[in-house]
Amino acid sequence: MAGNWSLAKRKKILQQRARIVQEIRRFFIETGYLEVETPHRIPSPAPESHIDAIPSDMWFLQTSPELCMKRMVAAGYEKIFQICRCWREKERGSLHLPEFSLLEWYRAGGDYHSLMEECEGLIRFATRAIGLSEKIVFRSHEIDLSRPWERISVNEAFRRYSKTSMTRALEQNLFDEAMVQEIEPNLGVDRPMFLYDYPAQRGALARLKPEDPAVAERFELYIGGLELANGFSELIDPAEQRERFRIENKNRQSFDKTVYSMPEKFLAELHNMPPSSGIALGVDRLVMIFLDVETIDDVVAFTPEEL
Amino acid sequence: MYTASDLRKGLKVIIDNEPYIVTAFEFSKPGKGQALYRTKLRNMITGLTIDRTFREGDSFEPASLEERAMQFLYKQGDQYHFMDNESYEQIVINEESLGDAKNFLIENLNVEVLLFRDRAIGVELPNFVNLRVIKTEPWVRGDTSKADFKPATLETGYVLRVPPFIEEGELITVDTRSGEFSKRVKE
Repeated sequence: MAGNWSLAKRKKILQQRARIVQEIRRFFIETGYLEVETPHRIPSPAPESHIDAIPSDMWFLQTSPELCMKRMVAAGYEKIFQICRCWREKERGSLHLPEFSLLEWYRAGGDYHSLMEECEGLIRFATRAIGLSEKIVFRSHEIDLSRPWERISVNEAFRRYSKTSMTRALEQNLFDEAMVQEIEPNLGVDRPMFLYDYPAQRGALARLKPEDPAVAERFELYIGGLELANGFSELIDPAEQRERFRIENKNRQSFDKTVYSMPEKFLAELHNMPPSSGIALGVDRLVMIFLDVETIDDVVAFTPEEL
Repeated sequence: MYTASDLRKGLKVIIDNEPYIVTAFEFSKPGKGQALYRTKLRNMITGLTIDRTFREGDSFEPASLEERAMQFLYKQGDQYHFMDNESYEQIVINEESLGDAKNFLIENLNVEVLLFRDRAIGVELPNFVNLRVIKTEPWVRGDTSKADFKPATLETGYVLRVPPFIEEGELITVDTRSGEFSKRVKE
């Protein structure tokens, strides 16, 4: 019997994980996407209030490949995807690793609603390809993946699941607590759910809704209470993007966090970007859901604590 | 001072002037939102558990407890008797205050008894304790269809998951921090 028991017992999961990743690749290749690779180590991440990068010899490890991939879209790469490692400082829990795998894809044209459809397509394709049925079991609960998946606005989610309203939660600075404690456990329980139209300040790189600038055209996909993917209609106005980054950095300063330098090359090229949509999906969590694994520790070969 | 990112299972902190131990801990971070640390905290005096959610910037005093080397003697009802290794003085701790530690207490085990303002409120265990399996299903050799784990009951009554090759009567090492199987002991 192998000496490292916790590593040996993950073998079946890691074999299936490899298959899932291969099928994700196949989905994108078959739908005309180009697989790309962008640097892991970058001068500075996009400034966002609550996402902290790990420093690496004066630069940083990427928190997502977002800025580089958008520069590619702006340069005429119309449909691109990437599966890569990302790092976020001090994020560790049963759903978080400080180093994790992200699938990110962008396409010129289309908005966040068309992206939701593509997301449904990808996940349904991958379940079929690895031999899962339309009804999967996660945490002893059956989840029906057949279409259509439910879509509800953040406002509506507060009405349904929270004692408070979205407006009040924002005023009282309790939005995240309400989200985590009251709302998230109810999302995607019987079938996957898209939560969309976030408060504008919760989508620093998302386009604001033309008919309601208080909300950003951003969505999150939930399956079995787990937040799995975050997508949006991209903000392509350089002046507005600069201002949004400035506000995010101001927030960071007030929390005593590192202020990130303005991504000037990205901002300079943003005016070339056509209306686009993009999304990041947590590969580790997708594996957890598909294989009914309780903690993120068991879908990777090594956690930081095991090194 | 601890901050919220130091929170983990087993950490002892002062909250509202009383010592608490973190018994469950979950890191949450809603997309683009702030880090939240959801905890279950057990009051080390009353044994009562509360739920608290902390934010990144929150900080706490460590609960400074005196530790004294003692030996576990025996259990009577829900009373656990210990003896001070230096003074031979005997003390009693009730089951509630012991929490999960009760699963790993075997006679003559050396532990650190925790005192808060001169009152015994819990014990600190060695990280690894050897315990005997008193009940588990036999392993059918060559049966690869079997699950990777099977349940086993230890001499303290504690039930945990062990690899299928572990058999009744065997001694195993358990990690008292996680409560999980660590390795088989060769006797």
